[in-house]
Amino acid sequence: MQPGDRLAPQTFRVTRADLVQYAGAALDFNPIHWSDRVAAKVGLPGVIAHGMLTMALVGRAVTGWAGDPAAVVDYSVRFTRPVVVPDDDTGTEVEVSAVVKSVDEDGQALLNLTATCLGENVLAQARAVIRSPRPQPGGQEPFAQEPTGQDQGSQDQGSQDQSGPE
Amino acid sequence: MPLDPSFVGRSYPPTAPYEVGREKIREFARAIGASDPAYHDVAAARALGHPDLVAPPTFPILFTWAAGYHLVEDPELGLDFGRVVHGEQRFSYTRPVYAGDHLVCTVVVEEVRSRAGHDFMTTRTDVATEGGEPVLSGWTKLVVRGGA
Repeated sequence: MQPGDRLAPQTFRVTRADLVQYAGAALDFNPIHWSDRVAAKVGLPGVIAHGMLTMALVGRAVTGWAGDPAAVVDYSVRFTRPVVVPDDDTGTEVEVSAVVKSVDEDGQALLNLTATCLGENVLAQARAVIRSPRPQPGGQEPFAQEPTGQDQGSQDQGSQDQSGPE
Repeated sequence: MPLDPSFVGRSYPPTAPYEVGREKIREFARAIGASDPAYHDVAAARALGHPDLVAPPTFPILFTWAAGYHLVEDPELGLDFGRVVHGEQRFSYTRPVYAGDHLVCTVVVEEVRSRAGHDFMTTRTDVATEGGEPVLSGWTKLVVRGGA
């Protein structure tokens, strides 16, 4: 994983059933996530996904790219547009992509994240900092070990993250 | 009615401990479609060097949101929850959350302001173990539409 790398986009399908399951697991029973009647009453175009479900799906992409479910050290998003989930069997899709903004001397990588639904951004200022993967037995050192001194992502970094996609 | 800006800096007493359960981690991970063994299989988590199941990154919303809820309900603040949307969310982790953690939340109001006819309130929730070991901080920005 080097500055400027674009990480392989991940697509997540979201259906009404997913919203019901997430509501139960997260204990978030706001009716705008399951009632068309209430969603219309507050001026929404339809039932929308929980912002935190979208954040969780983007988080899956991040931990997947990191190759480590515990890699995330900082993660922030701004919710800018609702993910409308129609009441049918196919629901909608959220596509997540990322660019590696910088890798610091400790091997921590800053990812600039993008999440879209129907071609429109649903998040802004979405960023994650992930720690360097653990060294693999017999493997090469993860990330760069050379100090960069900058966070502009302009310097050439060392070895590739073994587990992350291109 | 705009939110009361004198709430900035106000903090609330620590919450009762939230016990992070293995089944809750598994249930949450299933709900977000996360199949990583470290979220489901204790032996797999331990093989990766963790003491128990690892919680997914956004799992802490379960207790940080609840910790801020008495603030939302405080009549002095004047928050109309029917007009509230979740504007921003951040988590900064000292370490991952693990099954078996007993976590205490302390909520501080960091920002209250009005702009373009909307009210904004940011709270920070510091999460630590009962023994005082810092685990993470969460920031939640709520937007009250047409609040000003």
